[in-house]
Amino acid sequence: MSGPNVAWYVAIAAVLFGIGALGVLIRRNTIVVLLSLELMLNAGNLALIALARHWHNGAGQIFALTVMAIAASEVCVGLGLVVALNRRQLSLDVDSLSELRG
Amino acid sequence: MSLVVATSAGNVLVWIVWVVAAFSCLASGVAVVTFSNPFYSALALIGNLGSLAVMYLLLSAEFVAAAQVLVYAGAVVVMFLFVIAYVGPRRETPWSGGPAWQTVGAVFAAGALLVEIVVAVGMQASGGLSHSDKVGPAFGTPAWIGRIFLVDHLFAFEITSVVLLIAAMGGVILGSHTRRATS
Repeated sequence: MSGPNVAWYVAIAAVLFGIGALGVLIRRNTIVVLLSLELMLNAGNLALIALARHWHNGAGQIFALTVMAIAASEVCVGLGLVVALNRRQLSLDVDSLSELRG
Repeated sequence: MSLVVATSAGNVLVWIVWVVAAFSCLASGVAVVTFSNPFYSALALIGNLGSLAVMYLLLSAEFVAAAQVLVYAGAVVVMFLFVIAYVGPRRETPWSGGPAWQTVGAVFAAGALLVEIVVAVGMQASGGLSHSDKVGPAFGTPAWIGRIFLVDHLFAFEITSVVLLIAAMGGVILGSHTRRATS
């Protein structure tokens, strides 16, 4: 590969994961928490694909595709929860959702 | 000589593309976290996904880059935008609300997580990630991915489809109107 080596990509993935983790921890809006979760999953995907390129192994790319499918499932259920909360006139603030009873 | 010049020019081009993609990736990630309007956060996520797709292309993962744009920007972000439009604008700034110790603790925890990742990867790799070489032309093409996915990793493929089906059913059940009468 001409250009930056794999360590640079892994560094970007680590920083992106940190940004996503910060978003999950400091934001209180459920939708933004889900968006930050997507950032963390994408950081994992970037590391997987960079290391798949490094080791000449296709399993990393397959795993990244699987992570994409899992992320789509997670968004499906998470946004379903947001819609259900909104229909019951509940707040979308994660701190006010501290109990799981309906 | 001309080959050497062409190779170094290609290197510079790849570096430029990488720097632009990495910068826009991190900047849009910060934007997702800091925008007070969730609508703009979702739009910033599209930029993040696009720059990540460019990096996947640099890593010769063409099929994953295409799948990233199709699945994320085409489906996931559109779903986010629909739901944000459905629940209406709910602004909140990232640093407001809740006790201050919670915010400080969150920043500290995220920083600790980042340091932990860097230390773990650095200790595990320790220079082993620095060498780089060529891969074959088939690496990352749809035919190659398809052969690996549907021959070597068929079980993961089938499990993924089952997980997606269950998640779709869960989403329908969570969003269905008939549940409201029973609660």
